[in-house]
Amino acid sequence: MSILVLADLHEGQLAGATAHVVAAAHAIGGDIDVLIAGEGVQAAPDAAAKLDGVNKVRVADNAVYAHQLAEPMGALLVELVGDYTHVLASASTTGKNVLPRLAALKDVSQLSDVIAVESADTFKRSIYAGNAIATVKSDDTLKVLTVRTTAFDAVGDSGSATVEAVDVVIENTQSSFVKEELAQSDRPELGGAKVVISGGRGMGNGDNFKLLNGIADKLGAAVGASRAVVDAGFVPNDMQVGQTGKIVAPDLYIAVGISGAIQHLAGMKDSKVIVAINKDDEAPIFQVADYGLVGDLFEILPELESKL
Amino acid sequence: MKILVAVKRVIDYNVKIRVKADHSDVDLTNVKMAMNPFCEIAVEEAVRLKEKGVATEVVAVSIGPKAAQEQLRTALALGADRALHIETDERAESLAVAKLLAKVVDDEQPGLVILGKQAIDTDNNQTGQMLAALTNLPQGTFASEVAVDGDKVNVTREIDGGLQTIALTLPAIVTTDLRLNEPRYAKLPDIMKAKKKPMDVKTPADYGVEVASKVSLLKVESPAERKGGVKVASVDELIDKLKNEAKVL
Repeated sequence: MSILVLADLHEGQLAGATAHVVAAAHAIGGDIDVLIAGEGVQAAPDAAAKLDGVNKVRVADNAVYAHQLAEPMGALLVELVGDYTHVLASASTTGKNVLPRLAALKDVSQLSDVIAVESADTFKRSIYAGNAIATVKSDDTLKVLTVRTTAFDAVGDSGSATVEAVDVVIENTQSSFVKEELAQSDRPELGGAKVVISGGRGMGNGDNFKLLNGIADKLGAAVGASRAVVDAGFVPNDMQVGQTGKIVAPDLYIAVGISGAIQHLAGMKDSKVIVAINKDDEAPIFQVADYGLVGDLFEILPELESKL
Repeated sequence: MKILVAVKRVIDYNVKIRVKADHSDVDLTNVKMAMNPFCEIAVEEAVRLKEKGVATEVVAVSIGPKAAQEQLRTALALGADRALHIETDERAESLAVAKLLAKVVDDEQPGLVILGKQAIDTDNNQTGQMLAALTNLPQGTFASEVAVDGDKVNVTREIDGGLQTIALTLPAIVTTDLRLNEPRYAKLPDIMKAKKKPMDVKTPADYGVEVASKVSLLKVESPAERKGGVKVASVDELIDKLKNEAKVL
């Protein structure tokens, strides 16, 4: 078996997600190559070469792959797929955008959001927003998978793979990049943070999220939100944790003023330790929380911040 | 410009699902079904583009059992002009659906195809991208804003970490994210009118598409239940537990 992993990039650097996808590739077994496609990819190839168990890093560095637009990325994968038996990417917005194009053009199905590898052709994946787990078997000759990174522990970085350039250039006249507005923050990224503190409708308004920011700074935490407050316009959508937002599984998840709708639980219930702070002691969030504190968050949060 | 919009019949998003006792699948007997929420957003966007004069006709298509005609009638009540039902009782996976939609795109030649980014049953998030690849059209997935400008469309996409805007040549494929719009409710007179709007019924065989997939569903289970823990009385007790019991601080 041989596996190609499409790397996620973040501003030209290798994103943390890739080490988790490589771990999923390990579970399948076989030779593992990593594809880095982008423009001005800087240190990403060397970082990928250090990931344990990687055989070869293939680098397509060209302006056409800037921002990893779906059309050239899909076509590049079709060119490179050759004899690979599996192609994997993280279930990031890039992986989800690009991989189905490869699957369709190779006339195979894709398995999305894989959370466990049973064998080289059998996988577990989450369906119905995590309210059921399906075991599926693929008889396609090429398996195309997106991987939920929180379900696989990252591999180490003591490897030494070879790095080779890929000179395939795809012409793209259909799509072009206009602009990007990325949230600027010194805090860790929501998907990879060890501690996440999230606010819900109980926060009252967007301004009150500063009560969470102070605690987040002390804990080195990322700040998240429930869908209700995103819909209400308190905070931007990229902070949303849940079925329709990001799936997180930090060591510590602190839910503040969040009632615990199914849609939210789907995004955080795999966290190691869950703390819930809510004034309603009947809130469903307490049914999944390891530690619950009933009370007024406007009194609790400042006290918590001062005592940490 | 004609807009093609795809809708899927799924379990209502408010229903708590049950796994069948034999673990063969999720139990859908006597369960309330509805239009997939992301598809509702797709229909709404298409109708708004027609109301703005950008689109001239909205065609809704659904692939699924006979009952999927209910969701097509909903799309017609919300403002679609006509509907196409491709009837099959087989479990139609994303690839087969994309192949069928590609044939419909061939027949109808729409300027824009709008789909939900994912269905809330299988959570695949694949069909729009596969359709774009099969029709060799550009794609704007996870859209929070769609602006048609002459022979181009600018799509603002919800990506990890923020927003990305891309420009696509038309025709193009767009998939909807939550914040694209807030779908309207169908009014009673519109529901009555929708009953008279035209609906074509075809089968996958009419398009020469095989629905069977090479992926088999072996087992469906409920996820491991998480047990509730303890209530603490104070911030001090919470910090103590996190430090000394959970050891996460």
